[in-house]
Amino acid sequence: KLFIDTGKDEVFSLIQALNIRVTLTPVLPTRALRSDLTIFMNEWRPMFSRFHVIIVKDPDLKEELKIPEGFNLDVYGKPDIDQVVGSSTSILFSGYSCRYFGYLVSRKKYIISVDDDCLPARDPKGFWVDAVAQHISNLTNPATPFFFNTLYDPYAEGADFVRGYPFSLRGGVKCALSCGLWLNLADHDAPTQALKARQRNSRYVDAVMTVPARSLIPISGINIAFEREAVGPALVPALKLAGEGKCRWETMEDIWSGLCVKIVCDHLGLGVKTGLPYIWRTDRGDPIASLKKEWEGVKLMEDVIPFFQSVRLPREATTVEECIIEVANAVKERLGSMDPVFARAAKAMLDWVKLWQSVGSSS
Amino acid sequence: MATAPSAKLTPLLKDELDIVIPTIRNLDFLEMWRPFFEQYHLIIVQDGDPSKKIRVPDGFDYQLYNRNDVNRILGPKASCISFKDSACRCFGYLVSKKKYIFTIDDDCFVAKDPSGKEINALEQHIKNLLTPSTTHFFNTLYDPYREGADFVRGYPFSLREGAPTAVSHGLWLNIPDYDAPTQLVKPLERNTRYVDAVMTVPKGTLFPMCGMNLAFDRELIGPAMYFGLMGDGQPIGRYDDMWAGWCMKVICDHLGLGVKTGLPYIWHSKASSPFVNLKKEYKGIFWQEKAIPFFQSVSLPKECSSVEKCYLALAGEVKSKLGEVDPYFIKLADAMVTWIEAWNMVNSPGEKPAMTSLPNATSKK
Repeated sequence: KLFIDTGKDEVFSLIQALNIRVTLTPVLPTRALRSDLTIFMNEWRPMFSRFHVIIVKDPDLKEELKIPEGFNLDVYGKPDIDQVVGSSTSILFSGYSCRYFGYLVSRKKYIISVDDDCLPARDPKGFWVDAVAQHISNLTNPATPFFFNTLYDPYAEGADFVRGYPFSLRGGVKCALSCGLWLNLADHDAPTQALKARQRNSRYVDAVMTVPARSLIPISGINIAFEREAVGPALVPALKLAGEGKCRWETMEDIWSGLCVKIVCDHLGLGVKTGLPYIWRTDRGDPIASLKKEWEGVKLMEDVIPFFQSVRLPREATTVEECIIEVANAVKERLGSMDPVFARAAKAMLDWVKLWQSVGSSS
Repeated sequence: MATAPSAKLTPLLKDELDIVIPTIRNLDFLEMWRPFFEQYHLIIVQDGDPSKKIRVPDGFDYQLYNRNDVNRILGPKASCISFKDSACRCFGYLVSKKKYIFTIDDDCFVAKDPSGKEINALEQHIKNLLTPSTTHFFNTLYDPYREGADFVRGYPFSLREGAPTAVSHGLWLNIPDYDAPTQLVKPLERNTRYVDAVMTVPKGTLFPMCGMNLAFDRELIGPAMYFGLMGDGQPIGRYDDMWAGWCMKVICDHLGLGVKTGLPYIWHSKASSPFVNLKKEYKGIFWQEKAIPFFQSVSLPKECSSVEKCYLALAGEVKSKLGEVDPYFIKLADAMVTWIEAWNMVNSPGEKPAMTSLPNATSKK
């Protein structure tokens, strides 16, 4: 098995040399359909093996997890979740949202989170893509949200800022979140995937770019990384659809979470990047079957997006927690009466902030 | 759902599109573009000495305008058209009668994609202009109207119709469009990265618009594409397209029009002298620090419902807010007004098409 390791050794030795605690923690939510993680972990082994891995088991999953040997890992299940947060708030961590528990209990600076139906992808030259190394690179290089660079990431090898890019903006800001993409099964909603049943994403776009300030983007939770210390509390397990299911296109929790993160980043002057790395998302589920359920999530977006586009955070909100509390209050006030799912989301956000302060902060 | 315009065929638009090329030398580079450009009408804007004869390869249908033509057609308003700078190309936009414009520099050649296939840049620009932009919400899979792509989960259906696309901004392989300081520091850097994406520059976001490989809908945004006062007698050069891009983007955002960037790539072959460039640009490097915050914060009155009105309002703001930075901006603001007057003069209904004075104006196939 060949894999690209170009950046990685360099980074690893840098970590050792400078004694920076920048080790990452891939956090893996598992799905009800998949208790056997053997293939997943083995495929990712070259990229994961030197990092601490947290596996959080969906509380609804009854079977024992099968995990291969040789990893530095911690596994959490329902009993652990109940013990740490209490059974009343453990409801936050069901289904895909179990991953947020991993974010909560991690004590590392960076987190990488990958859905368990994703495997390493190959680039157009045939080399394995080291998604971990790429996410690290995205997070440790500045973001440029205040002016769009037409050659995309100016810090990439062989690229730079173009003519006309103000020099005072070329230092960039800290990148707090890195959103990767997906080859094969892209992250479409159920109606789109059902209509284009055979469409698979084969286009490898060789770019990383900063999402401009004040622009919102649907952040998929399938392949992301973030600096826990910078924005941890902003990734909120809040929007739980009444009919939330076990396929990604039956959820919206990550989209909601991503909108919160982007609002907070824009307010605090942090950056969000999108683009590389790609992972290979395996075929799963039947979008037409999902269509037979309510298109609840799809319909909710019509109200959610205008809401987030109009949210304004007060200048006094200077920490991530304060920002999230402000957003939660705005949700309750402006969306709460529209649909009970929003009132629940607002409460969940406030519960999450409390949890973060009691459990999440390093002690 | 994103629906692309009919399956595989992109309309040629050969009677609706002009190719505008500024030049001071011969146009041999057109030979390489022949398969892609031959069916289109060219507008050649000859800068510099009008007595010099520009050699155009046989078989192209073109109109050539030199400085004498500019002066004759615009009279006193010709003062807004730059001399000894490729900014003069916007004269070509002014006199065109077509709906779409594609402009390209004469040191730009056909590029190849990673599979080795020659890129038909004009076709890609047309695709970009004929499909909507997604200005209000960023699509993480880039242009959802491209074949093989679509909107991602979470993208509201009500926003999937998008906005009309006014500008298509292409990129460059080989010599990248760097400013002089970057060129001096990295004289050997070449852009070899082919990024297979087209994307919309979101509403409210500014970007550096390069005029080397650019297409736009003249009917939607033409009057905003003034390339400013550059070159001879001016304190600044190499900011013509930047200035047009910032003005254009503010107006597009105001009017709900979209701007795309990314594909197509052309092959940029000539690196201009970084020392010459530095002399031209250096004031711009300081001035852009003031200009960018200005453009980021300027707001146009709601009553400005046309491009011309927006542009005139913008000219007023430039004069009052940037005039303090340097008297050049006062001159520029006046030139912006002159430009709109010239635009209206040449493009008013019933106006005869602007004819050139040279007998070789239109060559037959």
